Amino acid sequence: MKSKIMTFFTAVALMIGAISVPAFADKPEDWGIYLQDAASPAAERIHEFHYMMMYIITGIVLFVLALLLYVVFRFRARPGVKPSMVTHNVMLEVLWTVIPVVILIVIAIPSFKLLYYVDRTETPDMTLKVTGYQWYWGYEYPDHQGINFTSYMVPEKDLAAGQVRLLSTDNPIVLPVNKNVQILVTAADVLHSWTVPSLGAKMDAVPGRLNETWVRINEPGTYFGQCSELCGKDHAYMPIEIKAVTQAEFDAWVAEKAGPAPAPAEEKESSNDTKNTNNQAANQLAAKATEGQ
Amino acid sequence: MNSAHSATDHAHDDHHDHDHKPGFFVRWFMSTNHKDIGTLYIIFSIIAGLIGGAFSMIMRLELQEPGVQFLTDAAGGPDGHMWNVIITAHGLIMVFFVVMPGLIGGFGNWFIPLMIGAPDMAFPRLNNISFWLLIPAFLLLVLSAVIGGGAGTGWTVYPPLSAMGHPGAAVDMAIFSLHLAGASSILGAANMITTILNMRAPGMTLHKMPLFIWAMLVTAFLLVLAVPVLGGAITMLLTDRNFGTDFFNPEGGGDPILYQHLFWFFGHPEVYIMILPAFGIVSHIVSTFSQKPIFGYLGMAYAMVSIGVVGFVVWAHHMYTAGLDVDTRAYFTAATLIIAVPTGIKIFSWIATMWGGSIEFKTPMLFAIGFIFLFTVGGVTGVVLANAGMDVALHDTYYVVAHFHYVLSLGAVFALFAGFYYWIGKISGRMYPEWMGQLHFWTTFVGVNVLFFPQHFLGLQGMPRRYIDYPDAFADWNAISSYGGYIAGLSTLWFIVVVFYTLMFGRKASGNYWNVQPQCMTLEWTLSSPPPFHQFDIQPNVK
Repeated sequence: MKSKIMTFFTAVALMIGAISVPAFADKPEDWGIYLQDAASPAAERIHEFHYMMMYIITGIVLFVLALLLYVVFRFRARPGVKPSMVTHNVMLEVLWTVIPVVILIVIAIPSFKLLYYVDRTETPDMTLKVTGYQWYWGYEYPDHQGINFTSYMVPEKDLAAGQVRLLSTDNPIVLPVNKNVQILVTAADVLHSWTVPSLGAKMDAVPGRLNETWVRINEPGTYFGQCSELCGKDHAYMPIEIKAVTQAEFDAWVAEKAGPAPAPAEEKESSNDTKNTNNQAANQLAAKATEGQ
Repeated sequence: MNSAHSATDHAHDDHHDHDHKPGFFVRWFMSTNHKDIGTLYIIFSIIAGLIGGAFSMIMRLELQEPGVQFLTDAAGGPDGHMWNVIITAHGLIMVFFVVMPGLIGGFGNWFIPLMIGAPDMAFPRLNNISFWLLIPAFLLLVLSAVIGGGAGTGWTVYPPLSAMGHPGAAVDMAIFSLHLAGASSILGAANMITTILNMRAPGMTLHKMPLFIWAMLVTAFLLVLAVPVLGGAITMLLTDRNFGTDFFNPEGGGDPILYQHLFWFFGHPEVYIMILPAFGIVSHIVSTFSQKPIFGYLGMAYAMVSIGVVGFVVWAHHMYTAGLDVDTRAYFTAATLIIAVPTGIKIFSWIATMWGGSIEFKTPMLFAIGFIFLFTVGGVTGVVLANAGMDVALHDTYYVVAHFHYVLSLGAVFALFAGFYYWIGKISGRMYPEWMGQLHFWTTFVGVNVLFFPQHFLGLQGMPRRYIDYPDAFADWNAISSYGGYIAGLSTLWFIVVVFYTLMFGRKASGNYWNVQPQCMTLEWTLSSPPPFHQFDIQPNVK
């Protein structure tokens, strides 16, 4: 208990001091009070922006609180003290209109930079297609011979050592680190939302639409997320799990998953022709998979 | 806003006090009297509040520990659908059947005529049907939770979950419920606009109207403009469900995002519909108990008008992750941030009203000061959420839940309580015991903060909303949050005790029981408590 309290105060101190937390947390932590650690450039920028916002909003709240406390103690009713009858002060009114405008401009400029940065990647190295279903996720790798699989939550009774209740899946997504991964998100039945907090990714899965977001994972590790748009009775039971690995490990996984690739040598050369062929093959596979559903 | 008032008016009113009251059934079931209808609205709001609050107690019980303990199905597994039904019912009840009837139907009906010096609302029979439409609306909503499996769609009723995802009759009933509640709101709002624009006492120009009247006028305009859009959206949903149309169905060329645009075009003004009357009430309470005129009256009035106007062009900030174009999101970020300016003007003007005053800390003032601070907290988290880039981390997490409960549960509901304690003497003719009110304030204040503040932490850590169960790491703050919920729940029960004690044993209230000073005066304090059945037979004059 003591350590928990210490953790709490340390965390508060860290939050106020805007110092990054040393231990890497890519999933929710006990007594956690702040954003999960950033594991992608987008998430890092979200953190930076939020640090700035913490200063601003904490300052505003403390300022209003101080004013209120001062007023409450200084101007409580006392016998013989007449209340003032002042109802206007142009300077004051101009100030409390203009200063907030200035603060908002200070917020808006980095906010727009952040928005355009997290929106999409101009130079994707690969694509992951995500499809939301009631209540699991379907994944396709159109650039990697159309690998596709579904990913369900591991039920509590089947949890293996090291797996996290409600977060671990039977088929984690595998992605290479330090690659711009374009993520295309859609849904097959109702709305879902594909979310990984530590990677700064959240995109609604909408039937009939193909939404785009992206991640670039800094380090190998396991990253978790949960469906974030109400999708029916098992909304809480369709998590997202990503295993981020090195490129070599990823290639090995692709080879294992896709079986003997039709022409692995060609793929490495990645001339435009072969890429297109691969994409077509992937699309056909994906179409078949969808029919199979 | 100063009102002149002659002793003869008073004598005249008193003379009429003992009667012309119809018999019980005609008085309460066929009422055309704005005060009686207002009373009905307030009673309705309190009852609906207890039901909506009971749903939140079930939610906090379930979320107190990880795993599913209470909402299990026949096989003992988690009943996620029942959970969704409960969150949906909680949201719809609190928005449409607690805050709106309480603030707008209750205090609006009671005090619009009293504050503008009118004998009644412009359309008394319309007023009556506005109220009585709410009863079947509420019955339909409650029935929708038990018939056809219940509507587990969230209060937003997003398709396709609300269309193909809910084959039973439940969602249809919820839609009809919203139709009736919406018709009730539109009729009530039309009545209020007509009353305020046409029936003010001689001398009360628009710029001399009490701020509560300004607030109700802006609110009524928002209702008239926003609610029909909701009506259209849910009617399209109804035909999608039952008559084969494809407005929101992508397989037929429709688009689920269209529904979201329509819903939030209503839904965002709706949040100002809930908070603007609160602004009005808080302004009067702060002024009365500081014994000072309102600071920056015109700024306060036009801040509300601008909040109302800008409130119509920010709706898509509820849809930042829906896949909107990035430039669209940039626009909505900018527009949303702008709302902070008039809101800041209001906060600072309230503090300036208190500045140099002679402040008495009666229960309504405690709730009003609590409102100012907690609304500030809810406001600044709103500024964080306004940023579309930042929202990627926070959308649909408990951070959003914390934010909107700070502005609604700790904002609008604090104003409901503030207004109740401020005016209950005027409404019932009896005073609440001060210590009982203060105990209610402090238990509520502690309870709701312990309940909702930790939800910021949960949201930042990434806990999604509308979850029946959560990863174990979220357990600690959820437990704290539940304990706060129980404190708030007990204090609500205490409020019911206060209500009954006041009505049965409260001491008699004088006409101006707060000793409202001339510089803070509004016309309701010139009347007896309770006011005569028909007031202002002779129009008062306002200087």
